[in-house]
Amino acid sequence: MKETPLSNCERRFLLRAIEEKKRLDGRQTYDYRNIRISFGTDYGCCIVELGKTRVLGQVSCELVSPKLNRATEGILFFNLELSQMAAPAFEPGRQSDLLVKLNRLMERCLRNSKCIDTESLCVVAGEKVWQIRVDLHLLNHDGNIIDAASIAAIVALCHFRRPDVSVQGDEVTLYTPEERDPVPLSIHHMPICVSFAFFQQGTYLLVDPNEREERVMDGLLVIAMNKHREICTIQSSGGIMLLKDQVLRCSKIAGVKVAEITELILKALENDQKVRKEGGKFGFAESIANQRITAFKMEKAPIDTSDVEEKAEEIIAEAEPPSEVVSTPVLWTPGTAQIGEGVENSWGDLEDSEKEDDEGGGDQAIILDGIKMDTGVEVSDIGSQDAPIILSDSEEEEMIILEPDKNPKKIRTQTTSAKQEKAPSKKPVKRRKKKRAAN
Amino acid sequence: MEEETHTDAKIRAENGTGSSPRGPGRSLRHFACEQNLLSRPDGSASFLQGDTSVLAGVYGPAEVKVSKEIFNKATLEVILRPKIGLPGVAEKSRERLIRNTCEAVVLGTLHPRTSITVVPQVVSDAGSLLACCLNAACMALVDAGVPMRALFCGVACALDSDGTLVLDPTSKQEKEARAVLTFALDSVERKLLMSSTKGLYSDTELQQYLAAAQAASRHVFRFYRESLQRRYSKS
Repeated sequence: MKETPLSNCERRFLLRAIEEKKRLDGRQTYDYRNIRISFGTDYGCCIVELGKTRVLGQVSCELVSPKLNRATEGILFFNLELSQMAAPAFEPGRQSDLLVKLNRLMERCLRNSKCIDTESLCVVAGEKVWQIRVDLHLLNHDGNIIDAASIAAIVALCHFRRPDVSVQGDEVTLYTPEERDPVPLSIHHMPICVSFAFFQQGTYLLVDPNEREERVMDGLLVIAMNKHREICTIQSSGGIMLLKDQVLRCSKIAGVKVAEITELILKALENDQKVRKEGGKFGFAESIANQRITAFKMEKAPIDTSDVEEKAEEIIAEAEPPSEVVSTPVLWTPGTAQIGEGVENSWGDLEDSEKEDDEGGGDQAIILDGIKMDTGVEVSDIGSQDAPIILSDSEEEEMIILEPDKNPKKIRTQTTSAKQEKAPSKKPVKRRKKKRAAN
Repeated sequence: MEEETHTDAKIRAENGTGSSPRGPGRSLRHFACEQNLLSRPDGSASFLQGDTSVLAGVYGPAEVKVSKEIFNKATLEVILRPKIGLPGVAEKSRERLIRNTCEAVVLGTLHPRTSITVVPQVVSDAGSLLACCLNAACMALVDAGVPMRALFCGVACALDSDGTLVLDPTSKQEKEARAVLTFALDSVERKLLMSSTKGLYSDTELQQYLAAAQAASRHVFRFYRESLQRRYSKS
């Protein structure tokens, strides 16, 4: 879907409000929205909410061969996806610019800053290393995707536990989580991105812009920093020209913000760790607030299935016995086989009508939907016919089917993009695979 | 699996994770649902069954590309992306199953030449994933206000090696099962809308599992009703 355009009066309103140091949600210039971090039952799974922007992060690991030029280092792989539910404008294939920019920024922030110790991911030098994969999914877009994504990534990495491995000489033993407790990753520092939006050619600045503010901004400055006040990545986009002391001021603000956010992350991780150790309930089910009117829980419920067998017997007794299964394959020529009958060709008898001139807009071949119903009972729908009817996917292809004892028949089928609906039928209709003559 | 170790190591309360003993296996796990939790989609719902959690967002009826337009009804699209890795054939097949179920209940003819997009996102997978996706999709469609002729629910059951039926199986139960069946049932007469099965079973067993799934769906529909009653209790 196309993005709803921002009206001029809305744009003017936002800019005027910013000039008067007012934000639509009542925040101050340097205020962040509420950050909420919740963890799932699996290690390495977390959801971060920055205001209404929501990102799901999941870390997974796999043993692979290392890169040739880095034989003793593990591999880190980041993937940020803008889910179609995050905004109506995010369609597959339509979001490339923003997606590339965000992915590149994430990589620079997390990989180039060396926040994860990749040497510790090596199992057997040159042969087996751990590949850590971080998948981030944007679930709701309300501005400042990069901050939320960087928080989700670092929280998921800190939360993740990889299986324990021991190397004794030539033998490598990989322990399952039941045998030995999984091991956390070795993380040096936690880089977090802080975004600054600039308006009116750099005159006004806002921290943590929401979606409306992002639409009217002139440029964006992203600073990735850790709590030791080391800048990991800095990027300015949008073509605005910033003064040196503006950038220095932003980095000071970023230092303060990152310290606060890091404290919040550590507290959340500690809480989750405590709950798991004490045997309390954890996971997303617990993070659903009970008092919300839109949320509802129900405890596990026993189902009474005592009369199931009687019911089933009744149904089977009442039902007709399944008709005879005719599954004898017929081999026409080497490479052309047929099982069952297909649907009748709706073109009719082409040999007569080929001469006529009403080709335009003919019937469409009925496309059989591959209905996946393995009920174990096969029914052949159509009564038997003399000639085999073969349907083809290919467009406008003239096929000559050679039958050993009949005349060659020319069948021309045409498929169009509009699907023709078939009445939903409970009987499974098998889709036959036409095997072409291989030779 | 990580969650299994925790359940073994600690004593779980009644409403714990799915692998706690559930008697003769004829009980559904703890359910939870939250609606309208995302601000951008027209409708959204998060459905939790034990530890399996799916978040679904719905956009629609909205603008549709001319190539996908259907002249007399709405084009229903389901976009399923796996949590880890690139989407593959399994996702396409699940998308198809969910789409067929939704198309059977959504009154598409009221909104011709529009598109209704359902985007389920797997948040955590601990068994009965397809059933949870169906439930989340249904609640999200209700939240979006898409006209439907009935609600639908997904019920999964697994048949373990000694022939006992387990409703709403966990991933461990699914792995060890001889057959796993997922049914989509509608709310009006609990008729079958979609079935997706994997494994070996007889036709008598199929009818039995279908009847068991219908009994379980009564519970799921009661959950829907109560959660919607709660939601609209103050309007």
